[in-house]
Amino acid sequence: MKADPKGVLTGAHFIDGDHACCEGAIAAGCRFVAGYPITPSTEVVERIAERFPLIGGIFIQMEDEIASSIAIQGAVWGGKKAMTVTSGPGFSLMMEHIGYAAMTETPCVFVDVQRAGPSTGLPTQPAQGDMMQARWGSHGDYSIIALSPNSPQECFDLTIKAFNLAERYRVPVMFMMDECVGHMTERVIIPPADQINVFERDFYKGPKEEFLPYHTNGKLIPPMVKAGDGYNIHVTGLTHDERGYPNITVATQEKLIPRLINKIKMNADTIADYREDQVEGADIVVVTYGITSRTAIPAIEQARKEGLKVGHLRLIVVWPFPEKLIREIASEASAFVVPELNQGQIVYEVERCAAGKVPVELVPHVGGTVHNPKDIYNAIMKMKG
Amino acid sequence: MRTEIKIGGFGGQGVILSGYIIGRAASIYDNKFATMIQAFGPEARGSATSSQIIVSPEAIAYPYITSPEIMIVMSQEAYTKFTPELASGGTLITEEELVSTHNLRKDVKHYSIPATRIAEELGKRMVLNIVMMGFTTAVTKLVSVDAMRKAVLASVPKGTEELNTNAFNRGYEYGVKLLEGKIETKELVEA
Repeated sequence: MKADPKGVLTGAHFIDGDHACCEGAIAAGCRFVAGYPITPSTEVVERIAERFPLIGGIFIQMEDEIASSIAIQGAVWGGKKAMTVTSGPGFSLMMEHIGYAAMTETPCVFVDVQRAGPSTGLPTQPAQGDMMQARWGSHGDYSIIALSPNSPQECFDLTIKAFNLAERYRVPVMFMMDECVGHMTERVIIPPADQINVFERDFYKGPKEEFLPYHTNGKLIPPMVKAGDGYNIHVTGLTHDERGYPNITVATQEKLIPRLINKIKMNADTIADYREDQVEGADIVVVTYGITSRTAIPAIEQARKEGLKVGHLRLIVVWPFPEKLIREIASEASAFVVPELNQGQIVYEVERCAAGKVPVELVPHVGGTVHNPKDIYNAIMKMKG
Repeated sequence: MRTEIKIGGFGGQGVILSGYIIGRAASIYDNKFATMIQAFGPEARGSATSSQIIVSPEAIAYPYITSPEIMIVMSQEAYTKFTPELASGGTLITEEELVSTHNLRKDVKHYSIPATRIAEELGKRMVLNIVMMGFTTAVTKLVSVDAMRKAVLASVPKGTEELNTNAFNRGYEYGVKLLEGKIETKELVEA
């Protein structure tokens, strides 16, 4: 399906990542946002609050992040596309409801404009410290998808993608921005609505009396219905059967949980999104995501000028982690360099997939600003062997 | 070639809007790339504010400025704080009556304009940043004057277009005359 032209601001804009994220959500068809404004994500909801009344959307400034993260799920079961927007401290508060969205298979988007932590940390400065939390922050076993934009243009494009993935896989999608990308202003091209692909929710079309909310018909993802359309539905975070009713048994748990994980795991190749720059034949491969994919470029270019074969693998979808790809590269290249605006998170995934075949060098950073490309360059030189 | 620009002043002077105008002119109307990063203190008004803009014919990877070639300064605090960062051989642009250029670096080109006075003559002190933008366009040729005019119009509130266009033109003409040697840059040095 194509985007609803109502609300799509086709044209060239000079806007920041936060505002671009708002426009991406509108283009994707999001018409419900609940949030508790927090720096550096405030501009997203500020713009939503201004734009939504003009296009029939509903924005609620909630009492806190816990309420925000469950209000959006109510809206989704009412038939809307919905998201909430926050930063580290708020993201922590939302963790329980991320698990709830995963368990109830409620498609929704959580935008986290990352700032340096822990706790309230550096509110106005960037970090990438929530990457593991995005994957594992809620209790129990589940799967999510996480995207990492590196520019305002991508904050627009990938917010649409985040909604499309959420709807396609019925999963909460984490949109992992950071303060630098959120507050950076650049040109953003918004295409005409008829050039924007939007994934529409798969609604159940069979007879009402046969409807079972979690019956997958042999597939991995069940269709949804809208509350109020006359179907009997029951939504619970408890382990539930196909009827959606609590069924606290090992047998039901054994059926449900692997499916929640497999619907992502078995589609990992389709969900994967990354950019390779001279990775083939490279000795050293720099693995980046988000803003770090830009700060690494001067370092990579400098090393190449000096004759080194340096590849750049940039992850756009960080979760599910592209295990197969990293394993393949590990059998060709001689080292990985992983710069992150944290003390080491995604580097552990690279290490896991490299499985001791090649060394993996972390370039850590406490956040507050971005890497000095020189530090990344030094790490590349250290690994040249 | 990537050009780094830093604009400094106090909150409320339109420092961020100025960065916005340059970035918009370059990236939307001049077909270049531009990245703007803003930094502001916790106070909404009166604090040291700066905006950093990079303009380049190529895509910009590293988004922060490291050694600005152009610096536009509209307050004394910004002058003291920021001018040491200006690249050697760079261009310093100051508001003539707000900034005393004591210890002016010898290795930079300096241009100044009484932008506040010009803005007051136009009836609104607020447009001093637009006067500065016109002046900057003339003395740096960073982006085309057409692109800047369009960016000013696209960035200012409706109903203020004429005032802002006049402000831009006054600053631009002052810059052109200064380059022709018809006006001298005054160094305001505190006794």
